[in-house]
Amino acid sequence: MLTKRIIACLDVRGGRVVKGVQFVDIVDAGDPAELALRHARGGADEIVLLDITATHEGRGTLLETVKRAAAQLFVPFTVGGGIRSAEDAAAVFDAGADKVSINSSAIARPELIGEIGASFGAQAVIVAIDARRGKHGVADAEVYVSGGRKPTGLRVVEWAREAEQRGAGEILLTSMDKDGMRDGFDCELTRAVSEAVQIPVIASGGAGSAADFAEVFKAGKADAALAASIFHFGVTDSRALKAEVAAAGVAMRLPC
Amino acid sequence: MIAVIDYKAGNLTSVVKALRYLGADDVVVTQSPEEVLRADKIVLPGVGHFQSTQLLADLGLTQAVREAVVKGTPFLGICVGLQWLYQGSTEAPETAGLGHFAGECERFPAVFEGSELKSPHVGWNSLEEVRADSRLLKGVTPGSFVYFTHSWRAPVSEDTAAKTMYGGAFTSAAERGNVMGVQFHPEKSAETGLRVLRNFLEL
Repeated sequence: MLTKRIIACLDVRGGRVVKGVQFVDIVDAGDPAELALRHARGGADEIVLLDITATHEGRGTLLETVKRAAAQLFVPFTVGGGIRSAEDAAAVFDAGADKVSINSSAIARPELIGEIGASFGAQAVIVAIDARRGKHGVADAEVYVSGGRKPTGLRVVEWAREAEQRGAGEILLTSMDKDGMRDGFDCELTRAVSEAVQIPVIASGGAGSAADFAEVFKAGKADAALAASIFHFGVTDSRALKAEVAAAGVAMRLPC
Repeated sequence: MIAVIDYKAGNLTSVVKALRYLGADDVVVTQSPEEVLRADKIVLPGVGHFQSTQLLADLGLTQAVREAVVKGTPFLGICVGLQWLYQGSTEAPETAGLGHFAGECERFPAVFEGSELKSPHVGWNSLEEVRADSRLLKGVTPGSFVYFTHSWRAPVSEDTAAKTMYGGAFTSAAERGNVMGVQFHPEKSAETGLRVLRNFLEL
């Protein structure tokens, strides 16, 4: 039976994993390669490494980090942040990533989705969408870029559909409203997107408890869910979390 | 020498990395029929469109693989590499597969048992009815999870070494003699995947 995935996300800046609450009070949380491996061994179904600085100068450091992390990683490995061209993506794949996640650059030039897919396959392209509910809630939820600071005028469901048509392999949907709150995912929004597309939808933003995961998988129809802040310092084992989600009636990869 | 065939269908980094991690030091990424014929083992990875396998025929690699497997060289196809072992795929009807296994690969149904079925099939799913005599799946317990990402699938037949359920049963591993294939990505399937690759390297 196809299981729902729990994805561990590492925010990386300047070659180190950082943690903070809504990007303030950022502290060093360790070496990305070591933490990625520990998460994989701890039962995470997939690893995402997100370069939150994503400056041009930092690309070399990032690629080195990706290479070190990929060396011993035998679960799917996604890298996002600062990928603006098919060449940027190629460099990340060459360093050992299996998928790339693109966000602002896909909005700026939607052709990029198909360009990366043409060389590396649709399964290797995740389109990340940062979403905020509008006046009418989910119905007019809007896509934001630049770390959630700039509204684009695009409706979330419409952009998700377009991304799929252009060849995205998966959608990573982050609720800006829920991000960092740790009181549950935006299940209604996730469901709206999941029902609008055929490709898998990864829910992100708001993970707090096992019950939140169970809810986004069941009510939100998410295919996967991403968690960053739920994994505290030193906590890289997701087996207990997965067991609890499984007990709530969701198929999980266990034992793992 | 292990020949990993490059037919410009996706990223070979992960497969090569996994083989080297398991101790295979002589891994060659190649498009040369001569190298394929000389190889001790052949791996055909690949993600993407079935049509990309047309390049194998164009470069003379299909013929090289045919000759190599006749003389007993172990062969492992991964993902589209497994599908290529069948007669063809509805994804690219004009492109012939190797035809080592009977049957044709088909797309997942849009509706299964009355409910909508998402496609592609992405994520961790389990291996069922693992054939006891499979050399590739030696030590793999039924119910073990492996990672998939695909929209077309191979039919269940007498060559099936393990099945997986998604919109009905499909072949997640096939094996006959020295010719083997897996629909999942062993290089991305944690311990179970590494075991499968190790089994292949130890043949």
